[in-house]
Amino acid sequence: MSHLDIHAYLAEFEDIPGTRVFTAARARQGYHLNQFAMSLMKPENRERFKADERAYLDEWAISEEAKQAVLARDYNALLDIGGNIYFLSKLFSTDGIAFAQAVSTMTDMSWPEYRQMMLDGGRSPQGVRSIREGR
Amino acid sequence: MARITAGVGSSHVPLLGVAHDQGNERDDYFGPIFAGYDWTRDWEKQEKPDVVILVYNDHASAFDMKFIPTFAIGCGERYKPADEGWGPRKVPDVIGHPDLAWHIAQSLILDEFDMTIINEMDVDHGLTVPLSMMFGACEAWPTTVIPLAVNVVTYPPPSGNRCWALGEAIARAVESFPEDLNVQIWGTGGMSHQLQGARAGLINPEWDNRFLDLLEADDDAVRHIPHIEYLRETGSEGIEMVMWLIMRGALGARVKTLHRHYHVPCSNTAIGHIVLEPNT
Repeated sequence: MSHLDIHAYLAEFEDIPGTRVFTAARARQGYHLNQFAMSLMKPENRERFKADERAYLDEWAISEEAKQAVLARDYNALLDIGGNIYFLSKLFSTDGIAFAQAVSTMTDMSWPEYRQMMLDGGRSPQGVRSIREGR
Repeated sequence: MARITAGVGSSHVPLLGVAHDQGNERDDYFGPIFAGYDWTRDWEKQEKPDVVILVYNDHASAFDMKFIPTFAIGCGERYKPADEGWGPRKVPDVIGHPDLAWHIAQSLILDEFDMTIINEMDVDHGLTVPLSMMFGACEAWPTTVIPLAVNVVTYPPPSGNRCWALGEAIARAVESFPEDLNVQIWGTGGMSHQLQGARAGLINPEWDNRFLDLLEADDDAVRHIPHIEYLRETGSEGIEMVMWLIMRGALGARVKTLHRHYHVPCSNTAIGHIVLEPNT
């Protein structure tokens, strides 16, 4: 492992379908977005956010695009701009929805369909391991 | 002399904590999951560990993006359950073992593992759910705990090989502690799960069970699985399984399997659980 090429290591992550690996590049891009989400750990901040989401978001150094994605609860868009799922989960909790329900919104399934897929054993890795290799 | 007597691997899905806290352990959904821990709860009552070195990851609870330690060891006196956005779990405070923790921290650094040292933090579901799974409901946890937090959120996490080697170094550190202590080491997280994007919900029972087989094996092939394989085969959050290798590395070359359990699903996740003891 000590001679692993960092460029090759990172490049492989882009070959996984439907997945954004939380790389340093994403961590940098999403820093303030994730810190905003983290702030919702505190009950007083959750109350202030719920009372006026836009005003609360405006206190943070995050882009207008990110603010709109938060307001729309568009989790795929938030992942694209550097959001991390464990940080974004503070938003699920603030909304009082189950983690799996929030996760289902990132797929092409409804929540009941997604829940049923999990009960049936989950999503098979077949065909979604590699874009390049189509396996 | 302190000694590591057993290793435990377990998922730490937050929903298991909710099921436990709300008294739903035996319903149709959770019953088959918790049934796989009954053996371990009875066994732990016999074993009575003095200390559990609990390897877990923080999920944006104690650590945010300001500080990202790769390996951090809790040397504090006690830790409170974290408020993860819906109020803290109503479980006992976690009592540390500062004497052993500081001994391990110092030993590891001299052994060239440059640990981050934590004196104060709250502990999230990654740490408290395994305690509930192994001990059930209690007024006070029946053991002291040394939290060992691993970054598996921001890439790159440590390699499986490095995790295994850290486990070996922890075992050396424990063995050089003069007090007579029964120490267990737990590796938590996993198994296959992906919590994000269009591929969310990925579950790979074949791969997960092969991983469990490799933990039972008398060789260390499992330490060489690269990150990309965990990601492709077990989902983006399946990478948590590298933490089980710290546990396995601490048990020595050969192990004996005492108990093993696997179930799909729990929320988005495959549940895996294994109990191993050193076989010297």
